[in-house]
Amino acid sequence: MFHRFMRRHDTTDIVMWLIGFGLLAAVIYGSFVTLSSGKYDASVWLDFTIFGLAQGSVYALIALGYTLVYGILFMINFAHGEVFTGGVFTAYFVAIALENSGFIERHWVLSLLILMAVAMTVSVLVAVVLERIAYRPLRGAPRLVPLITAIGASFFLQYTYRGIYGSGIKTYPDFPALDGKLNMFGREWPILTVQALVIVVAALMMIFLYWYVQKTKAGKAMRAVAEDKEAAALMGIDVDRVIVNTFALGGSMAGVAGILYALLFKQVNAFMGFIPGIKAFTAAVLGGIGNVPGAMLGGLFLGIVESLGPSLILDGLGIPSPYQLKDAIAFTLLVLVLIFRPSGIMGERLSEKKA
Amino acid sequence: MDKELKFSWSEILKFGAIAGIVAIYVILVGMVEAFNDRYIISETVTLGQIALFSPVFLLGYFAADKARQIKSTGFAILSSALVGLVGGIFVAALLFLGANINMRAVFLNVSPDLLKILHLGQETMLGAIAANLIISAIVGLFGGLFALTPHKWSNALLVGLSIVLLMGIMQELMTITFGSKDWYKPIGKFIYAQKGLSWGGAILFLILGAAYSLWRGSGKFRPAAKVAKMPAKQRMTVSLTAWALGLIILLALPKFLGSYPSEILTTVGIYIIMGLGLNIVVGFAGLLDLGYVAFFAIGAYTVGVLTTTGKLATVGWSFWMALPIAVFLAMFAGVLLGIPVLKMRGDYLAIVTLGFGEIIRVLVLSDWLKPFIGGAQGILQIPKPHIGGFVFKGPQQMYYIVLAGILLVGYVAWRLRDARVGRAWKAMREDEDVAEAMGIHLVSTKLMAFATGAAFAGLAGAIFAAKLGSIFPQSFNLIVSINVLSLIIVGGIGSLPGVVVGALILVGLPELLREFADFRMLFYGALLVAMMLVKPEGFVPEKTHARELSEKEPFAPEIEPEAPARETI
Amino acid sequence: MTTETKSKFILETVHVTKQFGGLTAVKDLSIQVPQKSIYSVIGPNGAGKTTFFNCITGFYKVTEGDIILDGESIVGLRPDTIVKKGISRTYQNIRLFQNLTALENVMVGHHPRMSAGWLGAVLNTPHTRSEERKTREMAMELLAFVGLKGYEYELATNLPYGQQRRLEIARALASEPKLLLLDEPTAGMNPSETEEMTEFIDNLRKELGITVLLIEHDMRVVMSISDIITVLDYGEKIAEGAPDDVRANPRVIEAYLGRGAATQHETQAAA
Repeated sequence: MFHRFMRRHDTTDIVMWLIGFGLLAAVIYGSFVTLSSGKYDASVWLDFTIFGLAQGSVYALIALGYTLVYGILFMINFAHGEVFTGGVFTAYFVAIALENSGFIERHWVLSLLILMAVAMTVSVLVAVVLERIAYRPLRGAPRLVPLITAIGASFFLQYTYRGIYGSGIKTYPDFPALDGKLNMFGREWPILTVQALVIVVAALMMIFLYWYVQKTKAGKAMRAVAEDKEAAALMGIDVDRVIVNTFALGGSMAGVAGILYALLFKQVNAFMGFIPGIKAFTAAVLGGIGNVPGAMLGGLFLGIVESLGPSLILDGLGIPSPYQLKDAIAFTLLVLVLIFRPSGIMGERLSEKKA
Repeated sequence: MDKELKFSWSEILKFGAIAGIVAIYVILVGMVEAFNDRYIISETVTLGQIALFSPVFLLGYFAADKARQIKSTGFAILSSALVGLVGGIFVAALLFLGANINMRAVFLNVSPDLLKILHLGQETMLGAIAANLIISAIVGLFGGLFALTPHKWSNALLVGLSIVLLMGIMQELMTITFGSKDWYKPIGKFIYAQKGLSWGGAILFLILGAAYSLWRGSGKFRPAAKVAKMPAKQRMTVSLTAWALGLIILLALPKFLGSYPSEILTTVGIYIIMGLGLNIVVGFAGLLDLGYVAFFAIGAYTVGVLTTTGKLATVGWSFWMALPIAVFLAMFAGVLLGIPVLKMRGDYLAIVTLGFGEIIRVLVLSDWLKPFIGGAQGILQIPKPHIGGFVFKGPQQMYYIVLAGILLVGYVAWRLRDARVGRAWKAMREDEDVAEAMGIHLVSTKLMAFATGAAFAGLAGAIFAAKLGSIFPQSFNLIVSINVLSLIIVGGIGSLPGVVVGALILVGLPELLREFADFRMLFYGALLVAMMLVKPEGFVPEKTHARELSEKEPFAPEIEPEAPARETI
Repeated sequence: MTTETKSKFILETVHVTKQFGGLTAVKDLSIQVPQKSIYSVIGPNGAGKTTFFNCITGFYKVTEGDIILDGESIVGLRPDTIVKKGISRTYQNIRLFQNLTALENVMVGHHPRMSAGWLGAVLNTPHTRSEERKTREMAMELLAFVGLKGYEYELATNLPYGQQRRLEIARALASEPKLLLLDEPTAGMNPSETEEMTEFIDNLRKELGITVLLIEHDMRVVMSISDIITVLDYGEKIAEGAPDDVRANPRVIEAYLGRGAATQHETQAAA
């Protein structure tokens, strides 16, 4: 009997499932203890969830860049976090100028649009130059070669930003119009104005992206190249151009994500993109890498887990200062998803085929 | 006919613009200013100037190299000078802008000091611009001439210049090391000026380097071939003598060099141990592990916890008792972390291991584990190892532990490489499915690679903890993994001597250049990209070892088969 | 690892079925491969031949049915275990370890017959040393046998196509198989190379006493050396028997030989 069983399941499978069940048990136990202790009331949980949605929308926008590129080139653009940084960090200087001239106070919507335009431009530029210099010559090389290149590029960019803009942490100017709770339709909503704005803008961007990929000619070309590069080339699609487009599209999403991030967290520095980058990658994998709606949902999911997790799970387990372990939760989720469901929660559309 | 048109004036503009943009990048990122106090040749050439003008030189070289294939030599020379001129215009434009508007609010490095450097000694703006243009054009021209020089001579020149550069950088080290020795004083006085090499020294090293290169290139320098031709017995004696000599030199080194260089060597050595370990995981088995630092941390923290006499004191063991536990725990962690990632594809594996590394780092920093491992305050008062009454108190003593570690680990890696296990690793690296179809048990083979690599890192970590006497979480971040990865890629993935060369270049050299610290990761990143694009097999590529092992006389020992190493990863 | 035989048939597949989702690549396939025979599986492209190979070698898990090697079921075993039991294979699109030398490739093939482990290698025990030496000698002999003498230290990737094919066979032979699976060994070869390869396969049985299970497109090869032929179409067996019987079978002619003959003309024209 045992022999038969062992034939079907590796020892490693069993170890893995044990680990999985152990973690699941810890999660359930922790949540149970927290909830039954009544330490936090419902409004706190709501705040956590809304905050999670807001930061999740930022992750989702960055994740789109990973997923688009992976869908087409089957490479992890490890430097995408730095594409994000480039935009928001550069826009910082514009933001300061706008603040000093009092423009932000007078025309905050216009200021925001200007900042987004700047961030998008720089991020697109970084993404496209990256593709041209570092990735294009390596097309068709074994998988790890472009990955190592991307890792190198990631560090190169981080330290370039540091060298050019300095290593200090810079604080984005305040948008007075966005302070406080959202006041609309004659009542106050239990959500910060900033958070509402972030969620709405991110949603609009995602709708735009979905429309772009599904309906426009360029989007269709993109999907064709993702399906089959050779066939697409034979049908007269300029593959190089489509790839550049993809990087540009991912870069523009990252640019917007950068500004939203700055609205939420206020602070920017040269290394700020790295951790959100890995988290966004996690989100992309969660949703099934290569899958555009998946990346959006994955981002939101990760944002909420990260926001609720420390107080919900870790607090219940009696771990002190659970918020320090927020990143550990995201990474554990990444590891678990890649182990147990590498095709993502939404199922995989594109990546299996070339695996 | 089409080809004729391929190199034209627009091409020159393109090359020049690239040179200019790269030069501006070098300036804005802060290298020119940071390196400006480092004189290579007395009162004349600083490292900052080299950084400033090397883009122009390189692009001049490339332009001439491309032009001469299509057009005349004269045109090639002209185009390289023009490329330099165009590059110079960019720099001059930056200088002009910087002097007239305040760029400093955004570009931190555009300081008055920098502008002064860019003036190149000229007082007026007009003079400075002219100087930039002229010098850039001349440097571009030199790049072009370099491209047109026969390979043998340009190679010799390159080696000579590299030696000059290296000796210039080493001035401080040489003075610290040998300054008080009587035999060195006259030599030092000749080769070095107050700051940088003296002209005499520079010319001497240039000639020495060039001569060496020419001699090597002449084909007379082939010790390996000569030894191979000897009868077996004599060959044995020669190689034994060489080994013994090498060992004696290695043993005498710290005594001869003194404290500071020994310190550098122990740091390099610790990276060599880690490099040898990661080389097994990445180079042999083809598993890209970005969380490698985790095992280094486990080794260090194990020794820390078990031996510390400070606040967190536990059992207070000696280093030697804690060492095997550290290695074992790291190995165990290697297996433990290896199991989940066994079935993962290459790129996912990289990200998951990175995730593991980050989880460990976050945990180490957390309050949760603080009572055991000290959180951000780390572990202090880790006693130095001792044997009997001999205490390994300083770098000159720790050196021997590191050396022993390298020899041990190097021996293990060397034995495994050509054994059944090593072949299985390499087969797996080449094609996992086929390896399995050839009877290789993937699970145990992968775990063995992870465990071996982790054990090496654990050893390195243990030595690291003992060497520093205190450990902090900051020493165990992702950067360490990337450093180790960079050094094996620069050395040549899968190559054992490559690890040593890579560590000496990437860890040793920056230690000599304090100003370099800020740009270290910048260079590593650029190096990873450049290596993958240009020379994926590394500088000391893995040879086809079997040939050395064969009884047959090696034919043409200098010519190694071009390893298309892009495939090896 | 005994060479004595327990069964009249070295390999039996019993109602093997392999499905990928809704697609049935191999359907209810039963074959019996006699000891020391050359057994061919033919069929048009996409007939499920390579899938069938992948099922036998354990790369795919069969959906239904049993596979019996020398009287012992090997269904559900991992590929590396199946090699140990005595089946080894080559690939249609040559899959050598490109950056290893020819010698190393063959030595890797001997992996399942070796026992030296981590410690043995590090301590360089006498057992390890003698095993290494013997493996090396064996690998040299095998390379000479397949006609690669003098290329031992060449990287696999640097060998010409025909030699890569033979190197792949040498690597497969190094595991001392009872049954050798060759997946289109003459694919991409010109007529004279094909003839050479055919002779070579015939020699394998004569000199080494190995049973060969062959997937082949080239009808001349199949007809000239096979003892038994099974014809597949859409994953199903449509005919089985000696070459002459198969050649005469109307179903085969209809389903395969018509197209096959066309392919043959094409290959001749291409050559």
